[in-house]
Amino acid sequence: MSPSNAHEEIAARLIALALARGVTAAEATVSEGDEFEAQVRLGEVETLKEAGSRAAGLRVLCGQKVGSAYSSDLTDEGLQRIVESATSLAAISMADPHAGLPDPADLGKLDGDLGLYSDSIAQLETAFKIEQARAGEQAAMAVDPRIDNSEGGSFGSHTGWRAFANSLGFLGSYRTSSCSLSVVPVASVDGRRERDYWSSSARTFEKLEKADYIGRKAAERVLRRLGAKKAPTQKVPVIFEPRVARSLVGHIFSAVSGDAVYRKSSFLAGKLGELVANPLVTVIDDGTLPGLFGTSPFDDEGVASRRTTIVDAGVLTSYLLNTYTARKLGLRTTGNAARGITGNASVGHGNLFLQPGTQKPDAIIRGVKNGLYVTELLGSGVNIVNGDYSRGAAGVWIENGELTWPVHEVTISGNLRRMFEQIEAVGDDLEFRGSVACPTLLVGEMTVSGH
Amino acid sequence: MSFSDSFFARRFNLTPRDLERWLGEALSRGGDFADLYFEYIESTSLSLDESIIKSATQGVTLGVGVRVLSGERTGYAYSGDLTPERILKAARTAACIAAGPASIVRSGLDEGEKLDLYSVPVPAAETSLADRVALILRADEAARSADAKVFQVQASFADNIKHILIASSDGSLVWDRQPMARLNVSVLAKGEDGRVENGYQGGGGRVGLDHFTSQNLPEKFAKEAVRQALVSLEAAEAPAGETTVVLGPGWPGILLHEAVGHGLEADFNRKKVSAFSDRIGQQVASPLCTVVDDGAMASRRGSLNVDDEGTPTRRNVLIENGVLRGYLHDRLSSKLLGSAATGNGRRESYQHIPMPRMTNTYMLAGESDPDEIIKSVPKGIYCATFGGGQVDITSGNFVFSATESYLIENGRLTRPVRGATLIGNGPEALKWVSMVGNDLKLDEGVGICGKEGQSVPVGVGIPTVKIDKMTVGGNA
Repeated sequence: MSPSNAHEEIAARLIALALARGVTAAEATVSEGDEFEAQVRLGEVETLKEAGSRAAGLRVLCGQKVGSAYSSDLTDEGLQRIVESATSLAAISMADPHAGLPDPADLGKLDGDLGLYSDSIAQLETAFKIEQARAGEQAAMAVDPRIDNSEGGSFGSHTGWRAFANSLGFLGSYRTSSCSLSVVPVASVDGRRERDYWSSSARTFEKLEKADYIGRKAAERVLRRLGAKKAPTQKVPVIFEPRVARSLVGHIFSAVSGDAVYRKSSFLAGKLGELVANPLVTVIDDGTLPGLFGTSPFDDEGVASRRTTIVDAGVLTSYLLNTYTARKLGLRTTGNAARGITGNASVGHGNLFLQPGTQKPDAIIRGVKNGLYVTELLGSGVNIVNGDYSRGAAGVWIENGELTWPVHEVTISGNLRRMFEQIEAVGDDLEFRGSVACPTLLVGEMTVSGH
Repeated sequence: MSFSDSFFARRFNLTPRDLERWLGEALSRGGDFADLYFEYIESTSLSLDESIIKSATQGVTLGVGVRVLSGERTGYAYSGDLTPERILKAARTAACIAAGPASIVRSGLDEGEKLDLYSVPVPAAETSLADRVALILRADEAARSADAKVFQVQASFADNIKHILIASSDGSLVWDRQPMARLNVSVLAKGEDGRVENGYQGGGGRVGLDHFTSQNLPEKFAKEAVRQALVSLEAAEAPAGETTVVLGPGWPGILLHEAVGHGLEADFNRKKVSAFSDRIGQQVASPLCTVVDDGAMASRRGSLNVDDEGTPTRRNVLIENGVLRGYLHDRLSSKLLGSAATGNGRRESYQHIPMPRMTNTYMLAGESDPDEIIKSVPKGIYCATFGGGQVDITSGNFVFSATESYLIENGRLTRPVRGATLIGNGPEALKWVSMVGNDLKLDEGVGICGKEGQSVPVGVGIPTVKIDKMTVGGNA
């Protein structure tokens, strides 16, 4: 296959150089990106940033021994150095019986326009982008006099290329674009400050939420936090709003990712076919949905992206795998290879989501007599090995089905295994705001620790 | 060493004239200040899993960032390509933040004084790959032979050498060579009841390979990781609610990093969005607490001869006997707030704008005997090791997670508990410190601090400390 652009050409050149050096197999990645960011604070431009960079990486196999190298020097001399470095590293590594490229039958790419790139983003004028950031901040500041400060409004845009080639003849590339707008207002009452944020990002400017909406939404959220206090320690139902519920789907990903499964460092290892969550729970990974952030024509090993059901009505139906972890487990890749510019592929996800239910979020809240509605999570107290879960939280206390007073400085604790079994309600409010999405979730019982 | 002998002059034929010309372009539309930050990093990382070196990677990243300051505004552009045309283009882009007549670049770039904190004779990056592989094989062997319950071991060694050059429009010209190395070991152990727990230990700093071999660190880290996993296998659920907390010495210093450190970074305070804004001179901790941030310690992970804006690092007292003394500054905040530069302007790479960041943050030793501290607690929790933490600097609320902790009952450590998360409020938490041990310890050198999407290496430290009241999040 002949290269169709400069990025593919560099990738193909690296493969040719490596094969000429006598390696058994090789994979090359080239990526290029241009970024822009404008930050406005209290109406004034605070930061303007604009730049681009590119780099190439190579992974070689000498028999079952692997080495990799990368550089941002893409001159011919630079590419030669990458090849030398990767081959000399392969010489010092150890034979791994499962190392290798994908089965040629698994290689492929999705056809058609996946909606990953729009010219409209590269064409946005700097002044317009600054104005968007300013309008977003202004909208937030105008909502209430208690919003008396701001960390600003920020507009960012990005365009990029990614190319991949391997010595089995795979050669492909795709172009992406994105833009984002976020607003971070600060409110205070009685000398105590709170901040919150709202943001939107999309692959085209048309799909971005309007600056005014983002500002008002951020304002609403920060005002809701004013006067927050600790709650008493107790066991209660906990509702996760979508923005924080996403992290629970992220934990499912960590637990079903092939690396954690073959090492048995996951509480879901060895549980294929078993009921691991409430039957209300269905979790899907789909790298094929047009226009979304988790979409790509092929994964980082040249395997076509696809849709995989991970949890089907509570039953664990699939792990997420790349070529290596699939071989370790005696399974087949699910097209979930991910890597930066170089190194061995790890496991990544496409658009990962928990399927929406039928209940309105309001109705879920109405069904709780005494509990916590979580809007913010803090800290890293999640242990994927055994499912132990304990994180800092902030939100709103629920009394008799109503959101009442704001809560902060509490922790919520449980065990992911039990938490997934105790998902008693799933909202109808699924919305992609990135590559992981989740509707409102109710977990029947968790320990809230406060005073 | 003269400029012509420096890394960038030799490798890329840079001359002071080039630097002045690019700075001139950066200030061609006005502005108060401009700087060029050149970076060249060679990195190696080796990792072992199932007793096989499965991954070996080397690479080079290089680039230059051009910054223009104009009042409170920052213009920034970077290039991953060090050709004169691309640098000039980046300078012109950054210049767009200002709109006026050209500002003056001080000619005759001065080479500033700088420290010599990590003159490692042979950086790890310049040793043979075989020597580095040997370190992780030793760690693997030690972990596997430590206990039959261990069934998985991962070990890795990563090092890099970073060359930087910073030229500023005020005439300063600084360069540095910054080595870094780190060894990690993590293990999984399975109990008789089938329960699986992990253990982790790692460390390093701006050191050479001898740091790891002379102290047998592969074996030491491996045994420590195994010990932690075995303790966790015996652990019961952590209690929930307010209780007395005793922090062990060393890595639990992450409490200071989260509870006060971030809140004292001057950008947040200049904008008055921190829970510590306008509190200098106020009592924010118990009089037993003195907290410093020191970037000028020899060989440590958070240490720098000069910060990423070329300012020499130093020891800064943040809290003295409980009273808030000062903030951590970069150039912009020190200029706008009229404070002395503290050497805390840091950035992740040439692609990033510098910000005030911590270096090595620790609490000075007190007078109490650590055993006496535990004896004084009728009921509470002792935290020996932590995972990560996070803070909301505006409200001041912070969280951090214990990976090894024990119940204290009647002045004695009784049984281990797992999964304890501690939560507190920055300006309040340290007021409850009632005893400070005489056993200050610094961490082993694993800290990574994240802020606004930028990661930088940091260090922490603390003596044994008793906090009378803190919320612990557990299930029991």
